[in-house]
Amino acid sequence: MSRVSLEVNGASVDVEVQPNTLLVQLLREKLDLTGTHVGCDTSQCGACVVHVNGQSVKSCSVLAVELEGAKVTTIEGLAQGGELHPMQQAFHEEHGLQCGYCTPGVVMSTVDLLKRNESPTEGEVREWLEGNICRCTGYHNIVKAVLSCADKMKAGDASAAE
Amino acid sequence: MSNTGIGKRVKRKEDRRFLTGKGRYTDDINLPRQAFAHFVRSPHACAKINGIDASEALSQDGVLGVYTGADWVADQLGGLPCGWLVKSKNGADQVEPPHLPLAPEVARHVGDPVAVVIARTKELAKEAASMVEVDYDDMPASGTLAKAITPDAPQVWPDASGNVSFDWEVGDEAAQQAAFAEADRIVEIEVTNNRVIPNAMEPRAAVASYDPNADSYTLYTTSQNPHLIRLLLSAFVMQIPEHKLQVIAPDVGGGFGSKIYPYSEEVVCTWTSKKVGVPVKWTADRSEAFMSDAHGRGHITKAQMAVKNDGTMLAFRVETYADLGAYLSTFATATPTYLYAPLLCGIYKMKAVYANVKGIFTHTVPVDAYRGAGRPEATYLVERMVDKVAGELGIDRIELRRKNMIQKDEFPYQTPLIFQFDTGDFEACLDTALEAIDFAGFEARRAEAASRGMLRGIGVSTYVEACGLAPSAAAGALGARAGLYESAIIRVHPTGSVTVFTGTHSHGQGHETAFAQIVAEKLGMEVDNITVEHGDTEKISFGMGSYGSRSLAVGGSAISKATDKVIEKGRKIAAHLLEASADDIDFEGGEYKVKGTDKVLPFGAVAFTAYVPHNYPHEELEPGLEESAFYDPANFTFPGGCHITEVEIDPETGVVKVVDVAAADDIGTVINPMIVDGQVHGGLVQGIGQALYEEAVYDDDGQLKSGTYMNYTMPRAADFPMFKVGFHVTACTHNPLGSKGVGEVGSIGVPPSVINAVLDALKPTGVTDISMPATAQKVWRAIQEAKAAQAAE
Ligand code: FES
Ligand code: FES
Repeated sequence: MSRVSLEVNGASVDVEVQPNTLLVQLLREKLDLTGTHVGCDTSQCGACVVHVNGQSVKSCSVLAVELEGAKVTTIEGLAQGGELHPMQQAFHEEHGLQCGYCTPGVVMSTVDLLKRNESPTEGEVREWLEGNICRCTGYHNIVKAVLSCADKMKAGDASAAE
Repeated sequence: MSNTGIGKRVKRKEDRRFLTGKGRYTDDINLPRQAFAHFVRSPHACAKINGIDASEALSQDGVLGVYTGADWVADQLGGLPCGWLVKSKNGADQVEPPHLPLAPEVARHVGDPVAVVIARTKELAKEAASMVEVDYDDMPASGTLAKAITPDAPQVWPDASGNVSFDWEVGDEAAQQAAFAEADRIVEIEVTNNRVIPNAMEPRAAVASYDPNADSYTLYTTSQNPHLIRLLLSAFVMQIPEHKLQVIAPDVGGGFGSKIYPYSEEVVCTWTSKKVGVPVKWTADRSEAFMSDAHGRGHITKAQMAVKNDGTMLAFRVETYADLGAYLSTFATATPTYLYAPLLCGIYKMKAVYANVKGIFTHTVPVDAYRGAGRPEATYLVERMVDKVAGELGIDRIELRRKNMIQKDEFPYQTPLIFQFDTGDFEACLDTALEAIDFAGFEARRAEAASRGMLRGIGVSTYVEACGLAPSAAAGALGARAGLYESAIIRVHPTGSVTVFTGTHSHGQGHETAFAQIVAEKLGMEVDNITVEHGDTEKISFGMGSYGSRSLAVGGSAISKATDKVIEKGRKIAAHLLEASADDIDFEGGEYKVKGTDKVLPFGAVAFTAYVPHNYPHEELEPGLEESAFYDPANFTFPGGCHITEVEIDPETGVVKVVDVAAADDIGTVINPMIVDGQVHGGLVQGIGQALYEEAVYDDDGQLKSGTYMNYTMPRAADFPMFKVGFHVTACTHNPLGSKGVGEVGSIGVPPSVINAVLDALKPTGVTDISMPATAQKVWRAIQEAKAAQAAE
């Protein structure tokens, strides 16, 4: 057992973990943050994506002990003050989710995409989603949601700048 | 008037919890003191179990128990039942071997559970499971369908000679032969329908607990139909009476058929929760899911079509071998028979169709219904055949389809195989799709692609499917062992808000929104006043769940009926309050109104009166406003349409790129166009996935070669363009909503259009046949072989 201190969704967390405990296990099993999902055992589905220090990572491929001092954001920490993040809102408006199982990972992943590229093309969104499998939506409305979110965020920035 | 009623693009009510990480899936549920199950699974496709030594596992601190098939047998419990009895053409019942949740004597596929370890932690359960020593005698196996049908293939079951469970036929063989005698030409084709793995993103899971005081069980499970699970566990598997078994299917992360069936793991969790005295939880790893979830498809077929030189299709003869896996899963025998063969007419007018289907055991995990279930296999065969006929006769493939298709004024149309189609307009769907994809402009696009060294092709497919499972009496006559109606309760609360209870289950389909829209439309209110409950056998009286595109056509119809009863009761209350005769009261836009007057009473006032019945027709009516309905459909529903796919192939690599897809579907009345579009998109990707990427590969010895996402190719976002989805609606004539169902159209309609497009693109290379999945490697090899053959000429 080792101790690790980190910040999860803005709250400090200080826990005992096994050397082989994965971040996703810490989140789901110790912190009861069950919004982060597990869809595979080969790091390919992306259902488990969270942000570590602002970047999207597959939480099934990160050891909890490596996260001393890190800032982790999960899907539960994305909406602020009861208000959905623009990406969550866009998924709602464009019907970018069906069963919802892949959704937390896809949303966390695409929030990161827009940080890196604020106006991706359709092709760039599709390429970025290489690491996320969705079995329900056929990706069509996921792509639409991301593009529409990018438009809205840019429009928001423009009007904020005025 | 409702702003959120039928036909509106209402945003989903269920989204918020999923988008904020507050969904509640089975693995999210933890019960106090719960222990964990880990299954010991056979690494062999066929092996005699000589003995199981669990002593080392049992000696670990924290291991609560190890149980085997012998324990199950000692408890005198039953097996997992098959829900459909298919009879062979000689009248014999299907061979239906026992399927115990833990194999007691012989393991019959890789992954077959032979023991379970229950321990305090998940890690310990897994570790202890590796200490369980199973003494196996590895025996020869029939690992593939192709091998299982060879003369000396290893037998999966002693009673099933030649590995045949049933040898079934449908259709008038004499009429088929007579039509063949009139033909100018007999066109032949051989196709396989690749075996695929459903891969809902949420792996299966179960948490079961036993309450010794009440002597009752609660089971949370990843199911598309909690009542069916309870029924089968109660009546067959464990003999726990229904009132002592609560089954809850909370949020479920996709199903596509694979979560219909009762599985060993949920049964074993329920059974052992009593034995160890604490709740037992199990969640599948993805690799475990690959070898334990029911797979889909898996056909080998030879067929002949009799045609005239002018293109008239006369008759069709089909012989199919269908892979059943090692045990008969719930719908395993219905899927390749009644859900398959009656659709072999496609949308075409043929005098006679005859089909013979042999259901074959293999040493593999069971095969059962997967999105489309039987109908994709039929559509694939028919539409591949139609293109082949067009090629052999030198007739345009669109004109050939137009010439033979059932015309819109020919409904109701009695097919030669069981079904009577109520409505449809196949030609309108064809035209819609042709226009959407700009079929007329295709040759220019082909030429442009050729100038870049690329091979471009376009492929067309039409389809009709039988959905809305099912009229119980008809299904019963065909071998169903359960009714296939649906139930609903509409509970109007005193202040006029409504809770809807449905026996269907939503695992992505958006029922919480779409079903609320039905009620909102009828009661003239908004969906915000309505909550839809599903998935809990204690809350909902009964139901058959969601599969076969039945939820709206059957479950929605039950909701519609129950809502009508509410309106009727309300009419009587309103008549009393308005001092008029009930016959003189109209209900419109949420108000009861005396005809020809301006005397009105809002629905809410009537609901309130029903619960505060001071001024009330007590001699005629009971207080309260809650109605239930069971709806048993009069017929199947028959969605149909046309899908067109355009591909580009790089002849240097064999990579097939889908560049455009147009779907035009007739799904009957649309409740929520946004949800419906999403259903089509998802089905298209699964269908294209089957056509180009996905295949469950077993070797001859029954080892699963595609057992993870490293070697089972899941379709990804970059594999697709934006889809062109359109509709041409003709309303279903025999249910109150006019809806036909949409869940399966994509996976049924699109695969043959993809392969037809691939073959169209490959025409210049001389390639004339390719099987699904048309992977880059397969396409490249076909091109090389065609080149070599041409060089040799
Ligand atoms: S759980 Fe599949 S990538 Fe992490
Ligand atoms: S919404 Fe179900 S897997 Fe993506």
